[in-house]
Amino acid sequence: MSTRPTPRVRVPGNIKAGDIVEVKTLIAHEMESGQRRGSDGKPVPRRIINRFTATFNGKPVFEAEWHPAISANPYQSFFFKPTENGELKMVWKDDDGAEYTATNRITVS
Amino acid sequence: MISRRHFLQATAAAHALSLASGLGPLGRAAAQQRLTEADILRFEPVGQVTILHVTDIHAQLVPLHFREPSVNLGVGDAKGKPPHLTDAAFREYFRIAAGSADAFALTADDFTQLAKSYGRMGGMDRVARLVKAVRAERGTDKVLLLDGGDTWQGSWTSLQSKGQDMAGVMEALGTDAMVSHWEFTYGEERVKELAEKSKVAFLAQNIRDNEWQEPVFAPRKMFEKGGAKIAVIGQAFPRTPIANPRWMIPKWEFGLREDDISKQVEEARAEGADVVVLLSHNGYDVDAKLASRVKGIDVILTAHTHDAMPGAERIGDTLLIASGSHGKFVSRLDLDIRAKKIAGFRYKLMPVFSDAIAPDPAMKTLVETIRAPFAVELSREVGRTDSLLYRRGNFNGTFDDLIAQAMLAERDAEIALSPGFRWGGTLLPGDPITFEAISNATAITYPACYRMQMTGAQLKDILEDVADNIFHPDPYFQGGGDMVRVGGVGYAIDVSGSMGSRISGLTLLKTGQPLEASKAYTVAGWASVNEATQGPPIWEVVQAHVARQKTIRIEPNTAVKVTGA
Amino acid sequence: MAGPHAPRTRRAVLRLAALAAAAAVIGPDLARADAKAVEAELKKLFDGKTMAEGRVKLDVPQIAENGLVVPITVEVESPMTEQDYVKAVHVFADGNPLPGVLSFKFSPAAGRASASTRMRLAQTQNIIAVAEMSNGALFTAKAEVKVTIGGCGG
Repeated sequence: MSTRPTPRVRVPGNIKAGDIVEVKTLIAHEMESGQRRGSDGKPVPRRIINRFTATFNGKPVFEAEWHPAISANPYQSFFFKPTENGELKMVWKDDDGAEYTATNRITVS
Repeated sequence: MISRRHFLQATAAAHALSLASGLGPLGRAAAQQRLTEADILRFEPVGQVTILHVTDIHAQLVPLHFREPSVNLGVGDAKGKPPHLTDAAFREYFRIAAGSADAFALTADDFTQLAKSYGRMGGMDRVARLVKAVRAERGTDKVLLLDGGDTWQGSWTSLQSKGQDMAGVMEALGTDAMVSHWEFTYGEERVKELAEKSKVAFLAQNIRDNEWQEPVFAPRKMFEKGGAKIAVIGQAFPRTPIANPRWMIPKWEFGLREDDISKQVEEARAEGADVVVLLSHNGYDVDAKLASRVKGIDVILTAHTHDAMPGAERIGDTLLIASGSHGKFVSRLDLDIRAKKIAGFRYKLMPVFSDAIAPDPAMKTLVETIRAPFAVELSREVGRTDSLLYRRGNFNGTFDDLIAQAMLAERDAEIALSPGFRWGGTLLPGDPITFEAISNATAITYPACYRMQMTGAQLKDILEDVADNIFHPDPYFQGGGDMVRVGGVGYAIDVSGSMGSRISGLTLLKTGQPLEASKAYTVAGWASVNEATQGPPIWEVVQAHVARQKTIRIEPNTAVKVTGA
Repeated sequence: MAGPHAPRTRRAVLRLAALAAAAAVIGPDLARADAKAVEAELKKLFDGKTMAEGRVKLDVPQIAENGLVVPITVEVESPMTEQDYVKAVHVFADGNPLPGVLSFKFSPAAGRASASTRMRLAQTQNIIAVAEMSNGALFTAKAEVKVTIGGCGG
C-alpha cells in the first residue's frame, strides 16, 4: 500500500444524554485476502486490517475482529450511548503492525 | 366521444370478485354495443379519495398492440393463482367472456382476430383524457396520480432524449409521485438530473449510497387528498444492479429492505397518515409475500411483472392492485377512509381503448412535438410480417424468435441468447415492420450485440441461473425478467426443480446433437450487463435481417419443453 | 437475461463473469470451506454448547448485488446493561475459502448490540451468526445469500 490509509468517521451532531447514536467508519485498504494467486501464479500474501476498536474516554465500546472475507475499503458501523462529554477513539490494526487512528470529540447536551 | 369501431361486447356479467368490480361496467354492457369512453369511465364513486395508478408504460407515447402472456407460470405459493392465470383460466377467474373487450385487453388467445375489432390500446393523450375526466368528476383535490415506474425507457424517443420525453409527459399529466427501475439504465447522473428538476416526487426507500449506506432519494411523501393524509412509500426495483448493468449505477445499492419498509410505515403513521400506500416496483409475487409479512400497508400498487388484473386482491389487510403495462390501463381505486382505516373501496382497471377515447388535445400536441424530429425514422418500413410478433411470456415469444434469428444470421452464430424482457409491442400478421416497431423491442442503453465462444457447460450454467431467477419458489429470491430466449438451441426445463437441476436435454438444433459440456460454440447475444461489451446495436442487427428477408414468418417454436408447471 | 453472462474478454470466458470477479479476489483455486468447516469452527469456539435460535437478527440481502461487497448487519436483542448484555457475535460463511468472517465484541456502553460491515462471498452460501450473551447463553441465526450471474432485465 503506497499511501497510509486515512480513516473517515461520521458521528451524528446534537447528541442528547440518553441517545444511542450510530457511528459509521470507512478506511481505504485493499484487504488482501491471502487466498488469491497473482499473475505469476503464486499466492499473494495476506495483508488485512484485522482489528477495529472503539473506546470512549478509554473504556471499551465496540470491537470488530475482521477475517479475510471482509471487503476492501472496510466499512464498519456500531452504536454507542454516550453519557458524558469525552473522546471517542477508533483504532484500525494492520497485519503489518501499523495502527491507524481517528478521534472524535463527543459533546452531550 | 367518437368511436370509429364497433366493439363487439359480450354479456359477461362481470359481477365479481368479492372485492371489486374490475371491468364490471364494460362487462355489463349489452352484446354488440359500441364501447364508449363513458363506459370506460363509468364508476360509482366511493369515499373521499381516488388513487389513479399507471405503470410500466415503457415510454409508449402512442397507441400500440401489446399481447398479454399465454404462458405466465407461478411457482411455490403463487402457482395457479392470479396473476399466474392465462387465457381461459384467467377469463374464468375474473368472469370475462371470450371475445369480449376485456378478453382482448387481458388475455392472449384469439389476439389477432380480436385486435381487428378492438384496435390499439394506450397512447398518452388517451391516458391524459381519462386522468382529466376523473379529476373533473372527483375534484382535483381528491385525486392522487401515481406512476409505478419503467416509464422513461422502451422507445426510440426515450432513448434519444435519455428519458426526457417521458419525464416531461408524466409531469404534464400531473403525476404526483413515481418509482423506478429501467430509469436507472440512463445512469446515476441522468436519473438524479431528471428526478431533481421534475415536479413528480421520485421516491425510493430502498436505495443507499454504497459508501456510507445513506438514503439517496426521499423514501416517502405525504399527500393530503380529500381531507385524508396519504403516505406514499416508494420502492424501486430491488434487483436493478443484478438485472441491469451495475456499472451504470456504481455508487448505489438496492435490495428489498423489508425492515426498512416497516420503519417507513411506522414513521408515516406517527406523522398522522390515514392511509399508507406502497408504490412498488417489486413485482407481483414479491409484493404478495411482502403484504403477508409487513403490517400496516393499506394498498400496494404493484408493477414490474406487467400483470393486469381487473380486480383488487386482498392479502391480510392489504389491497394489491396490478395495472398492466404499456399504457393499456389506468387503475382507479376509490377509498372510503374512516378512523385511519379503509372502510370501503371500489376498484376499476380502466382499459385505454384508443379508438373509444378522444385524445386530450394538449397531450396530443406534446406527444406530436416530441415525435416530430424522429417521424421519418420511426415510420420507415423495414419489412413486413406474416406472423403475429409478440414478446411477453415466460419462454420464447415470436418477436424474440425474430431477434434470435437475426442474430444467428447476421452475426454468423450457432446459438443466440436474447433477454427475457417483458416490454415491447406486438405486431399483427400483415403489419409493416417499421423501425419504430424494432426499436420498441430493443431500445436500451446497452444494446451491443456481442459474438463470442461459450462452452456447453457455460450455456447450461447461464440457463440454470436465469431459470432460478424466475422460478425460485421463494419470490424474494427471484429477480429480473422472463426466461432468457434462445435461438439455435433447444432444451427441456422442469420449473419445479431446484437451482442447477432444472435444465436438461440441451440440443444444437442445426445438428440435432446434444450440446457438449466442454465444446465451445459461437454465441451471439445482446444486453450484456458487462461494461464495454463490443458489437453493433441490436436494432441494426434486426433491421438488417428484416430488410434482407423482406417478409418475416415465424414458425411455432417447439425447441423449449416445459414440465413441472 | 442473457448477454449478461457474456464475459468481455476471452480470458474471462473461462469463468462466468460476475462470479469470477468475486472468486478471483477470494481465491477459487485454494481450499473452500463448507458446512463441516463451519461446524468444526463452532465446536472449537464453543465446545458443543447448545445454541438456541432467536434474538439474533442477521440482515443480509437475499441476492448479492456484488459478491465483493455484500452488506451485513447483525443485531441482537438485549437490554445492554452491566448485568445483561451481548458480549460478542461471530459470523461464519460456509462457501468461502475460510469459514470465519468476523467477530463483533460489544460492551454495555454500546447501548445497542448492532453493527454493520461489508463482506466478500465467493458463491451462493449460508451465513451463520452466533451471539454470546453475558450469562454465557448462545443464540444463532442463519441466512442464505444467493450470488448470481445476473442479467435479464425485466
